[in-house]
Amino acid sequence: MSSLMASRVRQKRVAQLVSRGKRLDGRGLTDYREVQVEAGLIERAEGSARVRLGKTEVLVGVKFEMGEPFPDTPNEGVLTVNAELVPLASPTFEPGPPDENSIELARVVDRGIRESKAIAVEELCIEPGEKVFVVFVDVYVLNHDGNLIDASCLAALAALLNTKMFNYEVKEGEVKIKPGYKPLPIRNYPVAVTFAKINDKLVVDPWLEEEQVMDARLTMTVEKEGKICAIQKGGYGYFTAEQVFEASKIAREKAEEQRKLVVKE
Amino acid sequence: MSQKKPEKLIDENDVRLDGRKLNEMRPIKIEVGVLGNADGSAYIEQGKNKILAAVYGPKEVHPKHLALPDRAVLRCRYHMAPFSVEERKSPAPSRRELELSKVIRECLEPSIFTEYYPRTSIDLFIEVLQADGGTRCAGITVASVALADAGIPMRDLVNACAAGKVEGRLVLDLTDVEDKGGEADMPLAYMPSANAITLLQMDGMLTGEEFEQVVNLALDGCKQIGQIQKEALRSKYVVAKEAETEKEEAEAGEK
Repeated sequence: MSSLMASRVRQKRVAQLVSRGKRLDGRGLTDYREVQVEAGLIERAEGSARVRLGKTEVLVGVKFEMGEPFPDTPNEGVLTVNAELVPLASPTFEPGPPDENSIELARVVDRGIRESKAIAVEELCIEPGEKVFVVFVDVYVLNHDGNLIDASCLAALAALLNTKMFNYEVKEGEVKIKPGYKPLPIRNYPVAVTFAKINDKLVVDPWLEEEQVMDARLTMTVEKEGKICAIQKGGYGYFTAEQVFEASKIAREKAEEQRKLVVKE
Repeated sequence: MSQKKPEKLIDENDVRLDGRKLNEMRPIKIEVGVLGNADGSAYIEQGKNKILAAVYGPKEVHPKHLALPDRAVLRCRYHMAPFSVEERKSPAPSRRELELSKVIRECLEPSIFTEYYPRTSIDLFIEVLQADGGTRCAGITVASVALADAGIPMRDLVNACAAGKVEGRLVLDLTDVEDKGGEADMPLAYMPSANAITLLQMDGMLTGEEFEQVVNLALDGCKQIGQIQKEALRSKYVVAKEAETEKEEAEAGEK
């Protein structure tokens, strides 16, 4: 099926079902699609993971570089998240520089990792104020069937947990890479839960056809202790305060459930 | 160049660095119709924030293929002047500015009857001349006033205000140092007539309970902002209308 938009009839049906508490693919309103996580697919990358969320498919690769720290955080490594909506993933994705959708996606993933302090960035400092490791998290969307944010956040977390760091030593100001690896120090596990508002009802993990009929979107990223560490509202509609509070409760439950798919403790 | 980082942002009496109480907003001044060429414009000062907003349209869309058959397209650019921040910002739009342009557009569009103007565009420009935290909210506040000044039919004014958590306390309307040194910052925009939250973002860490309190705090701030927006519009349009009526009365009296 390569049509860009579901037909009007189908869109209407998707929306009508939601108002009756049902969904076209048989899920309950707060159910996720089936999630598959595979880590370590790309040997060249220091870390990688692929997440399939129903038919949505996202690959995340982690690479390191040496660079300068930011002046206000001289003792901390740098996190950079980038997202590519690769044209092979959807007929609606065009080649070219990142558009606002891919920038928003990258920044929401970034916010979750950064605000939950998932990476122990102070352990990525080589020489304070001079040299630190820069962690590049590159989100590569391979198939778009809705809810790219949750799939990307989960894949980024899985990739970071899979990431190996070089052993190195500093000799006379020169950084020498030594053989062997150690895992990237990870302290927290942020998980994003996205809602679509359809006919005034909240639906978890909207797939593409639901995204096409939704009024608005709300993402809440929850860290391991159940605190909310990032929020992003999207779309042209709105939420009431009550809906936002309801979403925060569901998000905390769902995040716990999703986290178990990636974090084995 | 670099500001010295204060040791404490809030003292033991719950007084903030700039002397405000926890739930107190910075002083706000809004002026309406400040630019000659724009169809609508407004200027806001909120503490040290100084922001201009201008609206052009509804007008023909360029490029034409962007036109929508059933409504107007709202286009929005949030931009910071290079001299608006401590360290010069490159004038090229950053990723942050592109994201903010998107969320601001999505937050204002529900307030506009875009269906009244099919095949046209409404272009909105927000220029931050000086920034001190909370610029997206002040930008939304002033942009909504500029849209009203342009005479564009709207469901309601959009009020925006941030609240967050600083040194363990929940505070309203964070400044830049409070945002950077604090634990959480949550910008929120609200359309009172529809009880609609049209923008909600957060970074930082909040428990579920704190989250609800911060939302309610921000909603209180939005209410105050709404009053100031209305007063600003009244002081331009009601005063102008009164002057007109007085003139008419005086003329009638002469006859």
